[in-house]
Amino acid sequence: MSFDVKKIREDFPILQREIYNKPLVYFDNAATTQKPRQVIEAMEHVYSRINSNIHRGVHFLSDRCTEEFERSREMVAGFINAAHSHEVIFTAGTTASINLAAFSFGETFVGEGDEIIVSAMEHHSNLVPWQMLCGRKKAKLKIIPLNEKGELLVEEFEKLISARTKLVTLSHVSNAIGTRHPVEKVIELAHKKDIPVLIDGAQSIQHEVIDVQKMDADFFVFSGHKVYGPTGIGVFYGKEKWLEKMMPYQGGGEMISRVTLEKTSYNRLPFKFEAGTPNYVGAIGLAAALQYLRETGMENIIAYERELTDYGVSKLSEIDNLRLVGTPRERTSVLSFLIDDIHPYDAGMVIDKMGVAVRTGNHCAEPLMDFFKIRGTIRASVVFYNTKKEIDILCDAIEKVKQMFY
Amino acid sequence: MTIDQVQREIIEEFTLFDDWMDKYNHLIDLSKTLPEIDSKYKTEDNLIKGCQSKVWLHSEYSDGKVYFYADSDAIITKGIIAILIRVMSGRRPEELVNADLFFIDEIGLRENLSPTRANGLAAMVKQMKMYALAYQTKEQKKSK
Repeated sequence: MSFDVKKIREDFPILQREIYNKPLVYFDNAATTQKPRQVIEAMEHVYSRINSNIHRGVHFLSDRCTEEFERSREMVAGFINAAHSHEVIFTAGTTASINLAAFSFGETFVGEGDEIIVSAMEHHSNLVPWQMLCGRKKAKLKIIPLNEKGELLVEEFEKLISARTKLVTLSHVSNAIGTRHPVEKVIELAHKKDIPVLIDGAQSIQHEVIDVQKMDADFFVFSGHKVYGPTGIGVFYGKEKWLEKMMPYQGGGEMISRVTLEKTSYNRLPFKFEAGTPNYVGAIGLAAALQYLRETGMENIIAYERELTDYGVSKLSEIDNLRLVGTPRERTSVLSFLIDDIHPYDAGMVIDKMGVAVRTGNHCAEPLMDFFKIRGTIRASVVFYNTKKEIDILCDAIEKVKQMFY
Repeated sequence: MTIDQVQREIIEEFTLFDDWMDKYNHLIDLSKTLPEIDSKYKTEDNLIKGCQSKVWLHSEYSDGKVYFYADSDAIITKGIIAILIRVMSGRRPEELVNADLFFIDEIGLRENLSPTRANGLAAMVKQMKMYALAYQTKEQKKSK
């Protein structure tokens, strides 16, 4: 199937608008992606045609809505190739998924003196919940170090593994600098010692084919809104063998099997982890997004995004006094950089006025900024609806920044 | 001049600029006029918490007036600080506590002050007023 970016862009209503009388150039995709009309329409369909609280309803609409919600779960399971759809738990997003893991896995398997391994370049979402867990349990957090290119030192990781290691938790792709980590290798090494691994897929789900069985991740989490779906929906995938043993995170309706005033027995998977009315509209919207990707073809998306990322790296590298922060061999989508000693905030203010949306700051990865001894970066993240022409516009905006602050 | 008079003066000055670039260039020029603050005031305590650019704010009270000294590591923020100091510094606490800073909207700096911009500026105005209130309360206690 051929890939026609012009046609793709027509599917995204927001890309048609102008900012400050200039066509919008949206490069803040690592923060959130824009939505194709297919997703917007799917959600409109729920609210205007079938909205009703799911499960247990005996009436027509409740049945229909439940059916579409559960079909969405199957869609997600298929998209990441989970062995069972009940291994897919709907949450509010990546952060909620990791907090679920930190609580449920932590309360079930982690005790005093045990160890959790994370990397030095995690988003705060994949760091703070584990710090909190370690604080509660008097457990220890061990950190995988990195090199100057912004790559993980896998051989150092091996040394961190001990008899007390209970879990390894690692991002698939760094949101701040775009490093694609060798998660397959990390999982293989951890599994040799029977240690489970959680992969934070917030920045990978939209850029590569995810096969949780092939990858052999024990847990895989991501947000809907970063993969062209709605906000407020996310996924917590876990292998059945772990989910069965883990205690629930939140109590309430839907997650129970039988309740008396004294005691409650829990529902089966996946409902055990979905207390309360789930975000079924979000789930249905997410399924529409995944369907859109499937129809566009992940292999087309991957090839195009690779070309675009390489083009971005080479164009930015040509700019005098521009420094890319992080120069990993394996990079996915993210271009993080500094222009001389111009404050990223100053640069961002000017780039914004050129109609270009980038992100500036520490990207919720303060330890990584500390490692590079910088106060933040300017970050452009490309996806399949961006174009080379847009990268050229970004380069022009950078020239404008230099003009103004030199 | 009263706070309101200075504000009107600033609004008048900004009418000269047609587009954002002129406005930003003006702020960049203003940033250069801001007197350097003593590095001993660039402390963690004086730091106004913002996500991106750092702002340090120090205040002194003498002869019934509040004087502000501030700095930032970002240039545009520094330019905005220069304007704020022009409006706020060297005034009696009660003027500051009751000040209505309408010039911010008028010259199109609202976007720079919204909490989402996270440049610590909204917090800076708030902090200036807090200092003023503290000095005012101290005065009132003394006179009792």
